[in-house]
Amino acid sequence: MGTGPGRIGNKEMKFGVIVFPGSNCDHDAYHVVSKYVGQPVDFIWHKETNLSSFDAVIVPGGFSYGDYLRAGALARFSPVMRSLKDFAAEGKFVMGICNGFQILCEAGLLPGALRRNAGLHFICKHVNLRVETTNSPFTSAIEPGSVLSLPIAHAEGNFTCDDETYSTLEENGQIVFRYSDEHGNVVDSVNPNGSRGNIAGITNLDRNVLGMMPHPERACDELLGSSDGRDIFRSLTQAIEAQIV
Amino acid sequence: MKAKVYVTLKKGVLDPQGKAIHHSAELMGFSQLADIRQGKYFEISFNNGIGESEAREAAESIGRDVLANPVIEDFMVEISA
Repeated sequence: MGTGPGRIGNKEMKFGVIVFPGSNCDHDAYHVVSKYVGQPVDFIWHKETNLSSFDAVIVPGGFSYGDYLRAGALARFSPVMRSLKDFAAEGKFVMGICNGFQILCEAGLLPGALRRNAGLHFICKHVNLRVETTNSPFTSAIEPGSVLSLPIAHAEGNFTCDDETYSTLEENGQIVFRYSDEHGNVVDSVNPNGSRGNIAGITNLDRNVLGMMPHPERACDELLGSSDGRDIFRSLTQAIEAQIV
Repeated sequence: MKAKVYVTLKKGVLDPQGKAIHHSAELMGFSQLADIRQGKYFEISFNNGIGESEAREAAESIGRDVLANPVIEDFMVEISA
């Protein structure tokens, strides 16, 4: 594994990438952390329960447990998830991407649920995302109001929640990304999956847990069509750095 | 002892799969359909010796924590011998 263009961050930090049976974006996440973030990273098998050596844990995309029952529903019962709850409660950073977002919702680490896309199709394409807040460890290094281009690849990305939850998310600034056009207009016509309020990513109330359907780890090199995903990893790296004493 | 667990989408939660099925049924020639909603059905078989209330309690707990997602779904349990 090469080290790429050099390490982001002045301090050394440790990333973990959880591997469930059926995860398939785990290697992409690992690659990005090791090559573009330039920090140590380890895979974490889902039966592992000790997360004490990690500063941030990525719950990657894929089809954990074959998406049986509901996407993410069975992964919630893996031994690592109990430890991940404690990890998050300590204020450490957790980033769920795609299936990872679904798992975090099913596990109650994030509010809401991800349902079948409104159009029923599996959608795989680049989308534009308006950054709704830079007041989060995952977006702090991004210019307010920026529009990012990241790929989505999912059949169950239709974010659903009740009215009360939606107002809470809005009032607390927990909505981090919304599907928009390339100018940042959040309109129905660019909502790929029927998500409520064009929501593409949210954090928990404490802002240390992020879930997002788009794949920043697939957009860290211009060769792949966009390197906007690096802004998210750069933000996270700075947030971890601020946390390490 | 057996438990049947029915999981249904909460009222108001959009059901794109149910809509697609509704459309197909209309194509079969049924024009009098108001709505079709898709749900899930589970059969749980218990070991011999378990009582009805214990079986119900177990099925309700499994329904609540695994089979249904309370954000979007309701569930109902039926117990039979």
